[in-house]
Amino acid sequence: MVETYLHLLRATVRAQSQYRLSFAVDAVGTSFGVLLDVVSVLVFFRVTRSLAGFPFREAFLMASLATFGFALADLVAGNVDLLRFNVRTGRLDALLVRPLGVLPQLLVLDFAPRRLGRVVESLVVYAVGLGYAGVGWSPARALLAVLAPLSGGVLYGALFVAFGSVAFWWIESAEFANGFTYGGRDFAAYPLTVYSGLFRRLFGYGLGFAFVSYYPALALLGRADPLHGPDWLGWCAPLVAIAAALAAGGVWRLGVRHYRSTGS
Amino acid sequence: MIETAGLRKEFVVSAKVGKLRRERRVVAAVDGIDLRVERGETLGYLGPNGAGKSTTLKMLTGVLTPTAGRISVCGLTPVPQRTQLARRIGVVFGQRSQLWWDLPLRDSFDLLRHIYRVPAPEHAGRLAECVELLDLGPLLPVPVRQLSLGQRMRGELTAALLHRPEVLFLDEPTIGLDVVSKQAVREFLTQLGRRGDTTLILTTHDLADIERLCRRLVIVDHGRVVHDGTAEELHSRYGSRRRVVVDLDEPLAEPVTLPGVALESAEGLRLTYQLVDGTNAGALVARLAAAASLRDLAVVEPAIEDVIARLYARGATG
Repeated sequence: MVETYLHLLRATVRAQSQYRLSFAVDAVGTSFGVLLDVVSVLVFFRVTRSLAGFPFREAFLMASLATFGFALADLVAGNVDLLRFNVRTGRLDALLVRPLGVLPQLLVLDFAPRRLGRVVESLVVYAVGLGYAGVGWSPARALLAVLAPLSGGVLYGALFVAFGSVAFWWIESAEFANGFTYGGRDFAAYPLTVYSGLFRRLFGYGLGFAFVSYYPALALLGRADPLHGPDWLGWCAPLVAIAAALAAGGVWRLGVRHYRSTGS
Repeated sequence: MIETAGLRKEFVVSAKVGKLRRERRVVAAVDGIDLRVERGETLGYLGPNGAGKSTTLKMLTGVLTPTAGRISVCGLTPVPQRTQLARRIGVVFGQRSQLWWDLPLRDSFDLLRHIYRVPAPEHAGRLAECVELLDLGPLLPVPVRQLSLGQRMRGELTAALLHRPEVLFLDEPTIGLDVVSKQAVREFLTQLGRRGDTTLILTTHDLADIERLCRRLVIVDHGRVVHDGTAEELHSRYGSRRRVVVDLDEPLAEPVTLPGVALESAEGLRLTYQLVDGTNAGALVARLAAAASLRDLAVVEPAIEDVIARLYARGATG
């Protein structure tokens, strides 16, 4: 099964390699994206020495976690927002009559290798963030340093899929979906303490963005939560990610059942 | 091979009423279809635009979930057992490609081998057969985006057959093709149908497709089956008649009348007679020849188009 998808993936890369110029332009464009994410955090520290209780090195770790996790998700699942295109052109019909899952087919067939650049860049930024933050390393923290961005990636990926599925019902829902996915990345780029009230509860806990960067960073840094949450929250990111992935899978399947196809 | 009972699909259509209000209406695209197709049959599925042909095909192939009713294809229930079913059916949607646009045609066939997990030797044999019958040899190294529509359709047919499906569904396989390509596609499908191991279901607007390929005709209108049987049965049921057209050298001295024959029109020296149910042309021709000297004579078989046009018109008014 995995072998089949690898064949399909290689075909996608082979097909895209025919458009080298557009690949180069896109790769340059997305690399500016990562720079912009990091710069936006730097800008705050031009005017203040701490952001909602966190010094620059700690806030930077959170931002780099969010950026890296998002880049991973964007690489694997970012193309779900092409669903509306696939629905409108009827390409989805063609995928549905093959003996493979529709979601994995879409992810592989619309795979965009240019997004790899962003992953590499944000990995470098994350490594710098980890080094600069002064983490007191232990085996458990080393494991968390690996699991945290992966969990963040799964969470963002789940959101890409769940909000992307909305296109089954409402075809022009891309902007709506982007609000949650790209919005979620920006949300998690800053310490949770920046937000207050309903906004924090809804996005931080409701959609789980607090577990992308804020809580894992606290655990990595060995800091107590200024919001008085228990210490073990820092280790919950993988569980949150799994729950989100299961929920997203359910929404997707519901969407496929609701699929109306288009004429002829 | 295929069985449906009370198959139904409803869509909610919302239409703008006034400035802001929208009215939601439930429309049944398929409204209670019972169908039974045996192994090896070739069935033509016909109907005007919006009659529910494609919707039915999409339910049979597991693309759409029926609103109500039962379906069984190859003993499987299409939507819940979609991937299992996919291995046993082939689908050609005239306007949906199974091929990789930017890659050589050969690569698509190779990828489909992996998708359907067909053993390499079996795949190679099947491919060689299709390549020969459809004359695909020179096209294999060409990227699909550079193929003409007719060439691509030949590729699509091959793509749908490489895993040796038990049922082949074709949704308007000849749409937009030129005469030569249509001919090639029909010829290929005729041969496939004759072998008898593949059940063929095709929807089309092109009645020539049907006349060439299908013994059995299912005509749908407004989501319901209005005819299920052979073309001959269709003609006798809807009273289409053979005609005798004669060109005379001189006007008839007195009108020729016979039981079972009706004069349809007389334009100058050209007379057109209709033969009512099973009347032979022989007697009429003999009488005409005796009455006047004939310059030309033709017996015209009823055109399936006429019957179907009448059927649709009836559906539209009633």
